[in-house]
Amino acid sequence: MLKTFPKGGVHPHENKFSAHRKIEVLPLPKQVIIPVSQQIGAPSTPVVAVKDVVKTGQLIAKSEGFVSANIHSPLSGTVTKIDFFTDSSGYKRKAIVIDVEGDVWEDSIVRDSSLVKECSLSPEEIIKKISDAGIVGLGGATFPSHVKLSIPKGKTAEFLLINAVECEPYLTSDHQLMLEKADEIMVGISILMKALNVSKAYIGIENNKPDAIELFGKKAAEYKGVEVNALRVQYPQGGEKQLIKAVLNREVPSGGLPIDVGCVVHNVGTAFAVYEAVQKNKPLFERVVTVTGKSLNNTANFMVRVGTPVTSLIEAVGGLPEDTAKVVNGGPMMGKALNTTDVPVTKGTSGILMFSEKESDRKPVENCLRCSKCVYVCPMGLAPYLQMALSERAMWETLENQHVLDCIECGSCSYTCPSGRPLLDYIRLGKQTVNKLIRARKA
Amino acid sequence: MGNNMLRVSMSPHVHGGNSVKKIMYGVVIAMLPALAVSLFYFGLGALQITLVAVAACVLFEWLIQKYMLKVQPSVTDGSAIVTGILLAFNLPSNLPIWMVLIGALVAIGVGKMSFGGLGNNPFNPALVGRVFLLISFPVDMTSWPSPVVNRLALLDAQTGATPLAIIKEGLKKGEPISDLMNQVPDLWHLFLGNMGGSLGEISAFAIAIGGIYMLMKKIITWHIPVSVLGSVAIFTGILHIVAPEQYADPIFHLLAGGIMLGAIFMATDMVTSPMTRTGQIIFGVGIGVITVLIRVFGAYPEGVSFAILIMNAFVPLIDKGFKPKRFGEVKKNG
Repeated sequence: MLKTFPKGGVHPHENKFSAHRKIEVLPLPKQVIIPVSQQIGAPSTPVVAVKDVVKTGQLIAKSEGFVSANIHSPLSGTVTKIDFFTDSSGYKRKAIVIDVEGDVWEDSIVRDSSLVKECSLSPEEIIKKISDAGIVGLGGATFPSHVKLSIPKGKTAEFLLINAVECEPYLTSDHQLMLEKADEIMVGISILMKALNVSKAYIGIENNKPDAIELFGKKAAEYKGVEVNALRVQYPQGGEKQLIKAVLNREVPSGGLPIDVGCVVHNVGTAFAVYEAVQKNKPLFERVVTVTGKSLNNTANFMVRVGTPVTSLIEAVGGLPEDTAKVVNGGPMMGKALNTTDVPVTKGTSGILMFSEKESDRKPVENCLRCSKCVYVCPMGLAPYLQMALSERAMWETLENQHVLDCIECGSCSYTCPSGRPLLDYIRLGKQTVNKLIRARKA
Repeated sequence: MGNNMLRVSMSPHVHGGNSVKKIMYGVVIAMLPALAVSLFYFGLGALQITLVAVAACVLFEWLIQKYMLKVQPSVTDGSAIVTGILLAFNLPSNLPIWMVLIGALVAIGVGKMSFGGLGNNPFNPALVGRVFLLISFPVDMTSWPSPVVNRLALLDAQTGATPLAIIKEGLKKGEPISDLMNQVPDLWHLFLGNMGGSLGEISAFAIAIGGIYMLMKKIITWHIPVSVLGSVAIFTGILHIVAPEQYADPIFHLLAGGIMLGAIFMATDMVTSPMTRTGQIIFGVGIGVITVLIRVFGAYPEGVSFAILIMNAFVPLIDKGFKPKRFGEVKKNG
């Protein structure tokens, strides 16, 4: 019996249409728009001015404080504007616009593809390099990676967990990267282990990717302390708390972090970015993006420069299908719907999904049947029906006592509800309001 | 399609496809074997009662929604059909039609719509209807036609007592269980459904098939049926071991009367049962224990309906007391 997390979870149709499609390099765009807020934490501060000429990989916005990240130019060209633009969240945010003139890389970046295994840097030097390269969690959360690698006083990291679960339906970017860059990823993992000073790493892969499990099983045999864990397909196994539970049977306490149980979790794509940053001096300015949808004839996994308009990705697969009613940035369970495709790909963009009119119709809302399916599928052991009811009635304090902040917004409750109730919509509202109340109390 | 026409809604962007209709019609399908057995043993009378009960429940729900609550009628969701069939399952097959109509009106009007319709009712509507009839018309509600006398007759002239009533009356007269067991159908016939009783309760076999179907379709989980039947078996088993001549054996208690129907089709009603597995087990044990108390020590020969209604009343308390176990609900640094 394969391991998985024991509490809750759902198994949506996987629809991984773009599986095994080779990573293609997307043609370079004419213009890139680089938001200075691509990470969780403080927005970065631009260090270039209009009319500056920049090279590929050149620092254009620097990290603003500890929880923030550097941002680098994805191409060479001239800065034409630094202004506010609507990003994929729908908000106006500051961004740097670069008119692309070519692809001349910074000299410090090593561009050959030979595998460099040896790394003689100290943990501090590794973390510094990762921080300089602007690496953030590439699974979608975009939490600055150097923060996760800097273990707070009083805590010890025992294990590194590599999240290669890719539990979101449709998405295949991690899977394909694993098939094509296994050696680089393994070196990236060993570097992360060194940075954390841990002797054991687990790679969690769901068993809908048997080729990746086999490949990494072989590769891991060459590395001391790295073990591949095949996991039973279950959403949201890619949630770090669920992954730790599945692999190590440890439970991150409510309100706590993985390090509270001695774990640090990094996405497999992040491990690849770490390899490139540490061994090749390459900052994070490109990533793999799955472009997919039921109505598409061609689905794809593209290597895309950050700042490329989503529109270019869609054109590259033959344009928006006629029946498209919704475009989602990310996976179908947790991704964000875009109101326009004229937004740039950022470090956190794992996929662009196109949904037809029929697929994007939401079920009419009916009365709660008290069927308790939301309670069974909640991986955090909450009572979503109750939280929605409390949120509808604006009973914020009760909601706080019902641990609404434990919700990881995986959407399993809304997905499973036979009455089509917008459980997570209301729970999000509740979380935001409760957070606001807590801030007000502290102030 | 222009970019400015894109829809924006919050995640998740996909739905599992389950629906109220799928659940309700799933329950209807699960009740068909029991209905078939009922038609076999009680003939056209059973069919007539069922059709009248279903039609009346659907009609009353439609009328109340349309003309009293003034909302869009939702009778197509199938829940009124389920209530109709369940109400019929709880009636003797030769009950006068006008009583069936009153039962349906009370079930839908009082039991369901007065609380706000599907999902809001604290008590199982079919049982509200049945208990109302039982208290109002005790003679008609306990005059059970004998199985397979005349399948074509709408009203069976020949009636007899249910096995549970035979035991109850006999024990009152001081007869030992061993003698009384000779007066009731043997276990095999009880299992198949060849006994007097309410329309849908007679065949443990057919009800179990429906239960397995609902388990497979994930309409119900095992927690409530197993805890109801398990607690009945254990409680009556202990009594039987202590005084075998005073108390019938557990197999008899499981097969006779309405415990199978109650455990599988009525206690499992999602609307009126607890939300957590622990809560459901407590709810089920409560039903089992109260049923046995009424059967063995109470005034009525059968107590499933009362037991379920009593436990329905405890559901809000159970839900308050038994929350799901949270992830990470451990001591910090534990």
